Amino acid sequence: MSNVNVKVNGIEVSVPAGSTVLQAARAAGVEIPTLCYLKEINEIGACRICVAEVKGARSLVASCVYPVNEGMEISTNTPKVIESRKTTLELLLSNHKKECLSCVRSGNCELQKLCTDYGIEDAHKYSGAMTHYAIDRSASHMYRDNEKCILCRRCVAACSNVQAVSVIGANDRGFDTHISSAFEKPLAETSCVSCGQCIVACPTGALSERDDTAKVFEALNDPTKHVVVQTAPSIRVALGEEFGCEMGSIVTGKMVAALRRLGFDKVFDTNFSADLTIMEEANEFIQRYTKKENLPIITSCSPGWIKYCEYYFPEMIPNLSTCKSPQGMFGSVAKTYYAQKMGIDPKDIYVVAIMPCTAKKFEAERLDHTAVKGLADIDAVLTTRELARMIKKEGILFNLLPDDTFDAPFGLGSGAGTIFGATGGVMEAALRTAYETLTKENLDDLHIDFNDVRGTEGVKEATYNIAGNEIHVAVASGLANAEKVLKMVKNGEKHYDFIEIMACPGGCVNGGGQPIQPASVRNNVDIRAVRAAALYRDDKSLPVRKSHENPDIKQIYAEYLEKPGSHIAHEILHTGYIARKKY
Amino acid sequence: MQKKISKIPFKGTAEQEEKLKAVIAECKGDKSKLMHVMQQAQGIYGYLPYEVQVMIAEGMDVPLEKVYGVSTFYAQFSLSPKGAYNISVCLGTACYVKGSQKILDKVCEELGVQPGECSSDGMFSVEACRCIGACGLAPVFTVNDEVYGKVTPEEIPGILAKYRNG
Ligand code: SF4
Ligand code: SF4
Ligand code: SF4
Ligand code: FES
Ligand code: FES
Repeated sequence: MSNVNVKVNGIEVSVPAGSTVLQAARAAGVEIPTLCYLKEINEIGACRICVAEVKGARSLVASCVYPVNEGMEISTNTPKVIESRKTTLELLLSNHKKECLSCVRSGNCELQKLCTDYGIEDAHKYSGAMTHYAIDRSASHMYRDNEKCILCRRCVAACSNVQAVSVIGANDRGFDTHISSAFEKPLAETSCVSCGQCIVACPTGALSERDDTAKVFEALNDPTKHVVVQTAPSIRVALGEEFGCEMGSIVTGKMVAALRRLGFDKVFDTNFSADLTIMEEANEFIQRYTKKENLPIITSCSPGWIKYCEYYFPEMIPNLSTCKSPQGMFGSVAKTYYAQKMGIDPKDIYVVAIMPCTAKKFEAERLDHTAVKGLADIDAVLTTRELARMIKKEGILFNLLPDDTFDAPFGLGSGAGTIFGATGGVMEAALRTAYETLTKENLDDLHIDFNDVRGTEGVKEATYNIAGNEIHVAVASGLANAEKVLKMVKNGEKHYDFIEIMACPGGCVNGGGQPIQPASVRNNVDIRAVRAAALYRDDKSLPVRKSHENPDIKQIYAEYLEKPGSHIAHEILHTGYIARKKY
Repeated sequence: MQKKISKIPFKGTAEQEEKLKAVIAECKGDKSKLMHVMQQAQGIYGYLPYEVQVMIAEGMDVPLEKVYGVSTFYAQFSLSPKGAYNISVCLGTACYVKGSQKILDKVCEELGVQPGECSSDGMFSVEACRCIGACGLAPVFTVNDEVYGKVTPEEIPGILAKYRNG
């Protein structure tokens, strides 16, 4: 591709033809603020905070969508530009519920930051006519406060373009324009899949996860409760971002230490139950593959994907693996095996899950997730963000903590368990185990990596020859990509034996419950790739890299579960699904 | 103003459904025809209730929220049925100056509805409209095709009673 030469604030740069003014400025080391623009997700040029002056152009241009051409002279900080941005901010503030003191996004809000940067500090000056909306708290995973919404439509784009769900949109017009669902139905009554991708796209406090920290604090303060916690693979490579660590830092040790200081009786690793999932799922795959039954088998650890399947592809339900997710399996064995082993009444065990995912809050409320009758497997689900909030609230200086280690008997996780957090990871973990089971051969260090299923592409395919069988696999992340794959399977265009689907693009590392990175970061760094790379580093550094070699896994099968797919495993580790109506 | 969503139960007939299905069949596969389908549906049913929008969404393979978004954006679409008697109160300048807002308020109060809504018995719907060219008679409102001019709020109950008792 050819390059064009432009000047940004007098600085000469050469950028690929077709670049936007915003990109050219970045190349020249100049930052232009953005609000509605979110790279590859929302490129609608609507908010006009990103205006710049282009020599010869009649009016200011929206730099996020305006293409550069040869010789263009751009100014990003003239008085005219600054004035225009200020006016935009003042207009936004004039219809904004300004409660930064208590707002969940304070300190990490893109609107607040811009107002500070541009010196728009007197909040009361901008009180005009306001629109009023009730906060929608109907859903089990999130709430929406339209009075803090700036109508940037990043959430709408995430829901429709990235997730192919489209249950939210901008409705009515003019001053009454607001984000809501068809016929103003509460979110819980729509076919929302609870993925939370809208939340991580939102620049303000308009969208946020349901905060369950209060009930966890309550359990921790209840002396009759034995409170245990499990942490999903992706937390350890993202939590650090909340405390100023470089993106991609692995903070497992500090995370465990912080959880112990918060008062959890036992700190366990979801990587253990990810391994358990692989034991069950690899076995299920081999069974189905041998009998040629309900193929392709599709993974079931992403509850956003499960809900999507139930609403949008109910005819594919027989293809879903019946395995509960690692979160669910953990809860099941905590309230059965662990309760027995420790001699604790299961009803006194309170299980908290730290998840990168908002849909896990929904999953925990599913009625069939009860290994012990009458008791939910999981009592509370906290996102990475909520955990960070608890740590800050308690005055724990995260960065100064000494490293600590997980507790037995669910403290060991293999490298296969850790890579669950990245798209392709579950597939790779299952292949490591299925390969050794089918071939009875050892996968050595040179052959343990299944590189074809790694990487952030939305759809990946590979064919593996295992013990004389050609096994066709596909991996999709982001539900719009899942939709593409499933349509091809349905119309016979593609044949696969095994499909991994994650609701969130890039997998759990980019889940709807992960630390929120502002557009200024997301437009320039692929957070999915950076966090996933950390997981693969973690995998490489672990002594055990295959689920079936995890000593804790061997122990639980020996003492309790007998073998993968046993009667008891079916009772407590597997589940069923329900076809749901979209409208 | 946010569009009013009718709570009146949907009473579409098989005949109406057939007509809509025919329109959809013609336009299926071409999402740019969505507006056209919605206009036809508005013509067939007089408004676009949930049931009709779901038929359109499923038939045209677009998300319901997209259909709803369009239906609330354009003034030509209504989410509330027209009553047997549709009352249109002029809020044009001449009428407004002569107090037509009070007429509208009174009509709404008498019927227990908001502008844009239909009474729960399906008898009356109320809307505000722009100048209808009868400024000499301001304030003006119409009930279906009948025009009432130089009205006062006090006269409203009597006029409504006339239709009610039919
Ligand atoms: S959304 Fe941002 S600006 Fe608005 S109250 Fe919250 S922190 Fe403040
Ligand atoms: S949680 Fe996911 S499915 Fe639900 S509204 Fe947000 S983006 Fe859409
Ligand atoms: S809810 Fe958030 S992301 Fe959605 S339009 Fe409003 S401010 Fe933007
Ligand atoms: S118009 Fe460019 S960021 Fe909104
Ligand atoms: S203003 Fe009411 S008829 Fe002209």
